[in-house]
Amino acid sequence: MNKINEVIRKSVPAKDIASLDIYNPTIAEKAKPGQFVVVRAFKNSERIPLTIADNDAAAGTINLTILKSGKSTHILCELQAGDTIHDVAGPLGKNTEIENFGTVAIIGGGVGIAPTLPIIKAMKKAGNHLITVFGARSKDGLIFEEKAEKYSDEFYICTDDGSKGYKGFVSDFFSDYLLKNPAKKINRVIAIGPALMMKAVSDVTKTALIKTIVSLNPIMVDGTGMCGSCRVEVAGKTKFACVDGPEFDGHEVDFKLLINRLNIYCEEEKISLEKYRESRKCRMDS
Amino acid sequence: MQNGQLKPKKEKISRTKIAEQPAGLRVNNFNEVELGYSEDEAVRESSRCLMCKIPKCIEGCPVEIDIKSFIAYIKEKEFLKALEKIQEKNSLPGVCGRVCPQEDQCEKVCILGIKDEPVAIGKLERFAADYAKKKLESGSKAPGAAGSEPGSFQTSDKSSPDANSGSSSKKIKVAIVGSGPAGLTCAGELAKMGYDVTIFEALHSPGGVLVYGIPEFRLPKSIVQEEVEFIEKLGVEIRLNAIIGKTFTIDELFQDGYQSVFLGTGAGLPYFMDIPGENYNGVYSANEYLTRVNLMKSYLFPDWDTPVKKGSVVSVVGGGNVALDSARTAKRLGAEKVYIIYRRSEVEMPGRIEEIKHAKEEGIEMVFLTNPVEIIGENGWVKKIKCIKMELGEPDDSGRRRPIAVPGSEYEIDTDIVVIAIGQGPNPVLTQTAPDIILNKRGNIVTDQKTGKTSKKGVFAGGDIVTGAATVILAMGAGKIAAEAMDEYLKTGKW
Ligand SMILES: Cc1cc2nc3c(=O)[nH]c(=O)nc-3n(C[C@H](O)[C@H](O)[C@H](O)COP(=O)(O)OP(=O)(O)OC[C@H]3O[C@@H](n4cnc5c(N)ncnc54)[C@H](O)[C@@H]3O)c2cc1C
Ligand SMILES: Cc1cc2nc3c(=O)[nH]c(=O)nc-3n(C[C@H](O)[C@H](O)[C@H](O)COP(=O)(O)OP(=O)(O)OC[C@H]3O[C@@H](n4cnc5c(N)ncnc54)[C@H](O)[C@@H]3O)c2cc1C
Ligand code: SF4
Ligand code: SF4
Ligand code: FES
Repeated sequence: MNKINEVIRKSVPAKDIASLDIYNPTIAEKAKPGQFVVVRAFKNSERIPLTIADNDAAAGTINLTILKSGKSTHILCELQAGDTIHDVAGPLGKNTEIENFGTVAIIGGGVGIAPTLPIIKAMKKAGNHLITVFGARSKDGLIFEEKAEKYSDEFYICTDDGSKGYKGFVSDFFSDYLLKNPAKKINRVIAIGPALMMKAVSDVTKTALIKTIVSLNPIMVDGTGMCGSCRVEVAGKTKFACVDGPEFDGHEVDFKLLINRLNIYCEEEKISLEKYRESRKCRMDS
Repeated sequence: MQNGQLKPKKEKISRTKIAEQPAGLRVNNFNEVELGYSEDEAVRESSRCLMCKIPKCIEGCPVEIDIKSFIAYIKEKEFLKALEKIQEKNSLPGVCGRVCPQEDQCEKVCILGIKDEPVAIGKLERFAADYAKKKLESGSKAPGAAGSEPGSFQTSDKSSPDANSGSSSKKIKVAIVGSGPAGLTCAGELAKMGYDVTIFEALHSPGGVLVYGIPEFRLPKSIVQEEVEFIEKLGVEIRLNAIIGKTFTIDELFQDGYQSVFLGTGAGLPYFMDIPGENYNGVYSANEYLTRVNLMKSYLFPDWDTPVKKGSVVSVVGGGNVALDSARTAKRLGAEKVYIIYRRSEVEMPGRIEEIKHAKEEGIEMVFLTNPVEIIGENGWVKKIKCIKMELGEPDDSGRRRPIAVPGSEYEIDTDIVVIAIGQGPNPVLTQTAPDIILNKRGNIVTDQKTGKTSKKGVFAGGDIVTGAATVILAMGAGKIAAEAMDEYLKTGKW
């Protein structure tokens, strides 16, 4: 018998990224594309939000794909099969609006690729013509290409350094794509990745008048609407991303505010990570 | 007792002071401010009680603790019996003794209080709870006490034989949503009646506001833990990380075999002021600020991972317990200057009198008759808070004089952090997925006051989710009333 929140499988799809299948049958049964969980690795750990990148109701597992960023994500990336996560709460947030829109472009950047997977599958199942664009700094950072290509009608890769596919940002690629395919009617764009990337894509699609959904990643604590840490501004109104989102209309999001708020704890995060690295070093030395 | 003899005139004893950490010391730590009575002090204080024939105090307590009898036990040094007496009516004595607004409840109507200071009922209640706790700690650890084991959906140890209810066969399952005072009380009562009770709690730790809101220095978390364990020992199972409305819906609970559901989800939605600049870095809701510090223990950062911004000038907006707690927390995090900005005057402050006194002793500066109109930022961070002076006009519906802005009186206060503590509303996560539960205009659940029945068959509610932000003891009272009504409903099937 598996324990609740046990890591059943672990893979490392790219440098600094871990993909964990976690045993939690309730969440596995409930999860819908676009939703997330809040996890706490250990007793002293932060509560951090992570998107449910996949769920297998039959096996009772959810997939979390995590990029090493600060201490919490480092800890999670170092877990091994058999370890358990202290707390996993969810599924949280609203799910992605899935229907047959016609043609849908799904753009994923960096670790933001992972949460596009369930959306890609669901959009395909709903009958859409799917254009998928994945981007990363270089080809070592790309994940889940095969999984996504399988479901996509068109599949493109971009890397900042040109080590694979189009050389440049996904937003530049998409801008070029629209220019080269003027006759193509795209009904909806979904962009998930770093805030700057989502902003750049939204800027491109705004002039092209294509409705664009982005998945915002503000700092969260409870994930249930209780604290207001996750405040974002959409169409001039304050929203709580954990309950009103995390997906919003990219053309209405105040990205400057989002990026500003993402930096609140820069100093503390550095202290945390350094202290963690120190402790790891000591352990390895001894 | 000798007949016919006149009662000797009682010598007047003044109310027994409680030992406290001195203000200068306590602002540097998160340890409890009040240290509690010693046995002698408790006996002395209890001897002040007049043992009234008609003890008014009991009417003043929302759960009608037999105050006179428990005080009599303390006087006789039967401390454990005193606690048992309290527990007949109140399963969280260590909490209530500390945080009840006694001056508005039991102590307000105490007969001794007419001519003298009332009996320190709350402090005696707390003493009884603490005494038993100490006894327990020095003696053997109680059996079946579930520590906080890792893992979500953790449960209390149900394999141990249930001492309370003889027939363990096919107990009726009931579900409680939320583990605040309302939910804990309702759960405890139903367990005592022999039901199979499960509490579903959204957070990773049970206790509601008692763990995430009220700070350690006013209510040590070990006390809450202890009282939660007491309820677990009655056989109640607590499933953490379970958000009803998300992880399960109410209808799913019924499908799962729960015969009745109690909603005690509290007032967990923080209000903001809706003024410009509220989303600058450094502006917190009190809920976030206190949750980071209390639940996530950011005062122990970096040993605990969750950070909180410290800042040397902190401005807290509001005048209730939440504002006081935030301000005193800021002081303990090292702020040099802490302001409480309140739009009315001191007499209208809804916070506990004792805590207003404590806050002043700790050097919190009260800025009365002042209301923020804008938060001014620089490079994305709070810099100043622009306020307007207020005057008090005619009394409003609440009986308090309504504050009115004085035109042209705006001025600015330099500040690094702003904490907004102007109130909380009902969190809609649960009610959004249960459209058949009728809400009032403000989003609170509408119930029948006498029973806690909602508009949905089998579903009861109580506490802050019904009344709006109120008090611990009122939430407990509501939990108790609902438990009785649930029992009635489950026995008769009548709605
Ligand atoms: C809805 C949502 C879904 C997400 N899904 C994923 C995912 O699937 N995979 C993934 O790798 N990352 C995801 N993130 C981001 C992830 O939560 C952060 O990378 C993580 O919290 C950083 O914690 P840390 O201690 O490792 O880093 P830190 O050093 O603490 O912070 C690094 C950066 O992460 C952000 N951050 C810090 N704390 C939090 C917090 N409590 N909540 C949110 N952001 C924070 C800040 O911008 C910070 O500058 C998601 C975020 C949101 C809001
Ligand atoms: C900072 C602060 C200081 C206070 N000081 C005092 C004081 O000194 N004296 C006093 O008497 N009162 C005080 N109060 C008020 C008092 O704490 C509340 O009135 C009381 O806690 C209400 O109890 P409750 O059980 O209704 O709700 P809560 O204590 O709010 O508990 C509700 C619980 O339900 C959980 N929950 C919510 N939604 C869901 C869901 N969908 N699924 C599962 N679980 C859910 C929450 O996580 C929470 O644990 C204070 C409040 C605050 C915030
Ligand atoms: S529970 Fe509160 S109101 Fe009742 S006796 Fe105790 S302190 Fe007083
Ligand atoms: S009213 Fe006051 S004096 Fe009288 S019994 Fe109660 S506590 Fe004692
Ligand atoms: S994370 Fe607390 S309200 Fe959204």
